[in-house]
Amino acid sequence: MTNTHPILRGAKFVVFLGAALALAACANKPGAGGAGGAGGYGSGGIGSASPGSAQDFVVNVGDRIFFTTDQTEISSANRATLDKQAQWLQQYPRYQVTIEGHADERGTREYNIALGARRATNTKNYLVSRGINPARIRTISYGKERPVAVCNDISCWSQNRRAVTVLNNAGS
Amino acid sequence: MTVHALDKGAAAGPRRLTRMSFGAALLFAAAFVVATVPFTQRAEALIELDVTQGNVQPLPIAIPTFIGGTPADAQLAADVSGVIAADLKRSGLFLPLDPASFIEKIGNANQTPNFQSWTVIKAQALVTGGVTRQSDGRLRAEFRLWDIYAGQQMAGQQFYTTPENWRRVAHIIADAIYERLTGEQGYFDSRVVYVDESGPKDKRVKRLAIMDQDGANSRYLTRGNDLVLTPRFNSSAQEVVYMSYGADQPRVYLLNIETGQRELVGNFPGMTFAPRFSPDGQRIVMSFEDQGNANIYAMDLRSRRTTRLTNSASIDTSPSYAPDGSRIVFTSDRGGSQQIYVMGADGSNPQRISFGQGSYSTPVWSPRGDLIAFTRQSAGGFAIGVMKPDGSGERILTEGFHNEGPTWSPNGRVLMFFRDTPGANGGPQLWSVDLTGYNEFKVPTPAFGSDPAWSPLIN
Repeated sequence: MTNTHPILRGAKFVVFLGAALALAACANKPGAGGAGGAGGYGSGGIGSASPGSAQDFVVNVGDRIFFTTDQTEISSANRATLDKQAQWLQQYPRYQVTIEGHADERGTREYNIALGARRATNTKNYLVSRGINPARIRTISYGKERPVAVCNDISCWSQNRRAVTVLNNAGS
Repeated sequence: MTVHALDKGAAAGPRRLTRMSFGAALLFAAAFVVATVPFTQRAEALIELDVTQGNVQPLPIAIPTFIGGTPADAQLAADVSGVIAADLKRSGLFLPLDPASFIEKIGNANQTPNFQSWTVIKAQALVTGGVTRQSDGRLRAEFRLWDIYAGQQMAGQQFYTTPENWRRVAHIIADAIYERLTGEQGYFDSRVVYVDESGPKDKRVKRLAIMDQDGANSRYLTRGNDLVLTPRFNSSAQEVVYMSYGADQPRVYLLNIETGQRELVGNFPGMTFAPRFSPDGQRIVMSFEDQGNANIYAMDLRSRRTTRLTNSASIDTSPSYAPDGSRIVFTSDRGGSQQIYVMGADGSNPQRISFGQGSYSTPVWSPRGDLIAFTRQSAGGFAIGVMKPDGSGERILTEGFHNEGPTWSPNGRVLMFFRDTPGANGGPQLWSVDLTGYNEFKVPTPAFGSDPAWSPLIN
């Protein structure tokens, strides 16, 4: 969590609320699959997002965790990210989230859909174990249908094996 | 319209067949009038293809360009014989000979050939035929199949249909030739539903599409607003069950190809996927995901009653019925990795059948019942193979970077699947391979294509 200087916060808030709305529109577009939560990932400098915004969540908390091949367990590195997500969601209870489970392309379609569902469920269960109301969380699996990285090597596949926590009502 | 088949000799009177149509939208509303051209003599075939061998020597067959009844019909006649030759060639069981080698010029669809001149070029069978537009606007297509060594006609039929049906007539003739020479049911008069893919890899637009088995006449069944996956035909080839990301959760839907009507299958609270019809078309078997586990359920389409068939804390998916409906093959990771299991249709007695190297998925039971096709993932590649229902006799038919999702031809002799290529510009395309593994062909589609599902014969 980064605190913006109090005097600057008001001015910046307007700017970043706009950004948040743009992100929200992207993330909520029906049928777009949330684009894997790809919008905004890596954009904006650290600390440039206003607290409580979608960008704040993506940039300062981290909206996604990654899995090794065929694995669905929450690793210790993932726990650190999810702990931050839980803390942030506790702080901003107005958000509902969708956890998107994804698989890499090196698997068959139906099994990967089930694999993505299990990754999303395990992620949800962890957030619930950290005190988030399960009613705030829905899950969906995209299997291998929505890669964020499209090259043909492990660097891309490992980015695609992910669970992305998408804020549903980031504009409100 | 009606179909008459007039068998020669012993057969009594017209046999009435109904050629079921896919509906007006597909322009197959017309049926066919079929008449058998009288044999000069009952021929016991001297030529015979044994299609049960692993490695079949294709039968040399001469298919001279069909004769147009009038000069204006010449192109259509040539197109019909071209489709017949292409069908037979792709089956891997026939070797259509180069027309440049033909000595005798067939100038009349009904002429008895000079068998000697076909023996010389080592043809074992000869197909002659013609196509004529009738004064009533209908198309008359006829063919004769000749046994060169016996010097006899083996088969002959006339078809009357609308001109738009010319490709279908060609496929039906190719089936008749295939059946007469192999003793097995053909598969050319059939269709494939598949997923058309367009747009960049990370934002693919996917639409259901349907085409003839040879890739012709492709058209869309959905508009691309929703992500759609894994379509499969029912036994009448009139309905498709598939997975769609329409609402809050991806779910299984039923689509009537004729009417375009779509309905949700089952009333599950969460995601349903991996649907497939039972052989009698009365049930749909599919996976339902709950709390990260996927289990297999069957739903009776009349009563809408669902029955849970597996109950494990694992991923159980890709169920496929045996053709007699008694058993189901499926993928499960209950043993730690994806493997293939067979259980009773009621979920009883699941047994693992895949024990080779790597992981196995997408099992599909052959319509003949003798084999199960699968995708095997090992050593960084994806192969398509077959094994017997008890897991023995595993054979890999094609392998490479990524081959996935086999579907059987209606006669259980050919598999269609998709092959993906790596990288940002890569994408899936449809291929077919026969059971020998030697005859592999790309199936042309307008864009990228995946998840093919072969229909039954349209009859």
